[in-house]
Amino acid sequence: MTAKNELTKSLMASIWFMFLTFPIMVIRVNTVTDTIEWRWQNMFAVGFGAFFLSMLWRYLIRKKEMSGKKDSQSRKSPIYQVIRDQKFALPGLAAIAVFTILFPHIFSMYQTNIMISALIYVMLGLGLNIVIGLAGLLDLGYVAFFAVGAYSYALLNLHYGITFWIALPLGGLLGAVAGIILGYPVLRLRGDYLAIVTLGFGEIIRLVMENWNEFSFGPSGIANIPKPGFFGMELSLHATTIYIFYTIVALVIFTIFVINRLENSRIGRAWIALKDDEIACQAMGIDKARTKLRAFALGATWAGMGGVVFAAKTTFINPASFTIWESVIILCTVVLGGMGSIPGVICGAMLLILLPEYLRDFGEFRMITFGSVLVLMMVFRPGGMIENVRKTYQFKK
Amino acid sequence: MDLEYFFQLFLGGLTRGSIYALIALGYTMVYGIIQLINFAHGEIYMIGAFTGLIVSSVLTMVGMPIPAVVILAAMAAIIYSCSYGYTMEKIAYKPLRKAPRLSALISAIGMSLFLQNYVLLAQTSDFLPFPSLIPDFDFWEPYAHIITSPELVIIMTTVVVMILLTFLIKFTKIGKAMRATSQDKMMAALLGINVDKVISVTFIVGSATAAIGGILIASHIGQINFYMGFIAGIKAFVAAVLGGIGSIPGAVLGALVLGWTESFFAGYISSDYEDVFAFLFLVLILIFRPSGILGRSETQKV
Repeated sequence: MTAKNELTKSLMASIWFMFLTFPIMVIRVNTVTDTIEWRWQNMFAVGFGAFFLSMLWRYLIRKKEMSGKKDSQSRKSPIYQVIRDQKFALPGLAAIAVFTILFPHIFSMYQTNIMISALIYVMLGLGLNIVIGLAGLLDLGYVAFFAVGAYSYALLNLHYGITFWIALPLGGLLGAVAGIILGYPVLRLRGDYLAIVTLGFGEIIRLVMENWNEFSFGPSGIANIPKPGFFGMELSLHATTIYIFYTIVALVIFTIFVINRLENSRIGRAWIALKDDEIACQAMGIDKARTKLRAFALGATWAGMGGVVFAAKTTFINPASFTIWESVIILCTVVLGGMGSIPGVICGAMLLILLPEYLRDFGEFRMITFGSVLVLMMVFRPGGMIENVRKTYQFKK
Repeated sequence: MDLEYFFQLFLGGLTRGSIYALIALGYTMVYGIIQLINFAHGEIYMIGAFTGLIVSSVLTMVGMPIPAVVILAAMAAIIYSCSYGYTMEKIAYKPLRKAPRLSALISAIGMSLFLQNYVLLAQTSDFLPFPSLIPDFDFWEPYAHIITSPELVIIMTTVVVMILLTFLIKFTKIGKAMRATSQDKMMAALLGINVDKVISVTFIVGSATAAIGGILIASHIGQINFYMGFIAGIKAFVAAVLGGIGSIPGAVLGALVLGWTESFFAGYISSDYEDVFAFLFLVLILIFRPSGILGRSETQKV
C-alpha cells in the first residue's frame, strides 16, 4: 500500500472515468441546428474529481473492512447515545415541543407550508418503516396508498360532501383495505418478487387514475378540495395553514406513539422475527400470512391518512403527484434515517424534504443526490444515520 | 375476425417481445448469478441508446458514409454500455456481496436514479430524435406491408444474439464457469474459478445485449429520452419473471408472451390500459405460478 501504488490506482480510476463519461458529459449534439457542443471542461472536472474520490473511496472501503472485524456493538452512533441519554432526553423533548408550538407564529406561512409537507413525509416514512424496517418487506408501491387516501377524500367530498375529519379515518381505513388487497396475493412471494409486484401495483393505481376519466377526472385531477374546517367555522387562509400545521403535528405524535407501542408488542416482535428468518418464525408458531398482512395494512393506514392531509393542504390533486419516484423518496427517507428506527426516520424525512427546499439552486441535483445517497448509504452505512439498536440480553455469570 | 389485422398484431408483438427479450436476458443472467434484481439495467439500455445517438450524429456531421456510421455507432454503444455495466457492478454491488439482499436492491435503485439524472443533467430532458439507422431494404419491398424491414432486422438480430448467447453459455469455458458460479459460488471458487471475474463478465454480456436492444428500439421508434430505460426495464423484468427468472429460454419465452399479450390487448381492447394489463398479468402469473413459466429446475440457471 505504498503512496506510489495509491497514486497509480487513482490515476487509472481518473482515466477510466474520463473515458466512461466522455460521450455523455463532453459531447452535446443539437439535433435541430446540427451542431456539436464540446464541453472539455467537464472532462477535466470528471478526471480531477475521480482522482480524489477514488482515493477517498478506497480509504473508506478499507476502514469499513477493518471495523467489520471489530465487535459490532461498539459501532453505536454518537447521535443515538445522545438521544438515549436521560440527561438530554427531557430538556431536548421540551425544546422540540416549544419550538413546534411556536413555529407557525415565528416563521412565515411559506415556511409553515414547507414544514407541513415535511411532516406529511415523516408520517409516510414512519408508515413505510413498519413495512420495510420492521417486517422487512420491500414495498416500492407505497405511494399507491397515499394516492388512495388523497383520492378518497377528494372524491368523497365531491360526491357526498364528507368533511376532513370524517375523511381522515376513512382514508386510513381505505388505505388499510388497499394494503390488504395488495398484500393478499403477494404473500407467497419472496423479497425481490414482492418489490416488483408492489411497484407494479403502484403504477396500476396511477395509470387507472390517469385513464379512468369518469371516476377520477383523469390527468387534469380534482381541484377545489376544501381545507379542514374548525367546528364549522370558516377560517382565514393564514389561520387554516396554522390549523393544518397543528393537525399534522398531532397526527405525527399519534403515529410515533402507535408505532412505538406496536414495535414492542407481540405483533412488532413477530415482524422483526419474520424479517430475520421466516422458517424459524413459523416454527415458533407465528402465522406468517396474517403477520405480513397486518404489516401491509398498518403501514398503508398511515399513507392513507397522510394522503387525506395532503389533499386538504394542496386543495388540488392529480395523478402526477403519485409517481413511482414519490415511493422512492419515501424509501430514501427510511433508508437514510435508519431502517426500523423511529428517530432515524424522522430525521431522514426532515433532511430529505427540507434541504432541497432551502437549497433552491440545488433543485436539479436533487434526484442525482438521492441516487448517490442510496448507494453510498448501502455501501458504507447500511444502518442509516441513526441506527436501530436491537434489544439484546446479555448472559451474566 | 380480420386475419390480416391479427397477423399485424402478431408480428408487432413479436418485434416488441424481441426487444424485451434482449433486455430481459441481462436481468435473468445477473439474477442467475448473484440473485440481484439489477434495477439499473434499464438505464444501461438507455445509455446505450444515447451513446449510439451521440456517436452517430458526430460521425454523420463529419461526413462518414452511412454503413460505417451504423457499425461504429453500434460498436461504441455496446462498448460504453459494457463499461458502464462493469463499473456499476464494481461500485454499487461488489461491496455489498455479503450484505442482505434488500441492501443490494436499494443500492440498485439508487444507481438507477443516479444514471437517469446523470444523463438528464449532462444531456437534456427533452425527447431527442433518433436517426433511423436501419434502412428499408429494396429486396424486401414486396413484403413490407406485412412486416417492415426494421422490424425484420430486430427479430433477426434477436435470434442471432440468442444463438450466440446459448453457444457462449453451453460450450465455452467462461460459460461453464458461469453455470458453475450460479449453482454454488463457494464451490466454484474452491475449484479455481475466479468468481469476481465471472460476475463481471456476466454484467458485461448482459449490458451488451441491452445496448443492442437500445439501439434497435431507438431507431425503430425514432426518439429517445433519459426516462426510456425505466419503463422498458420494468417490462423486461416482468418478462424475465414471467418466464422464470434465472432461466435464459424462460426470459425469451416470457418476453414473447408479454409482447403478444400487450400487442393483442392494445389492438383488440384498449391501448390506454396496456401497461396496467402488463402488470396485472405479472401479478396473476406470480399468484398461480410463483416461479414463472419455465423457472422450475435449478439447472436451467445461467
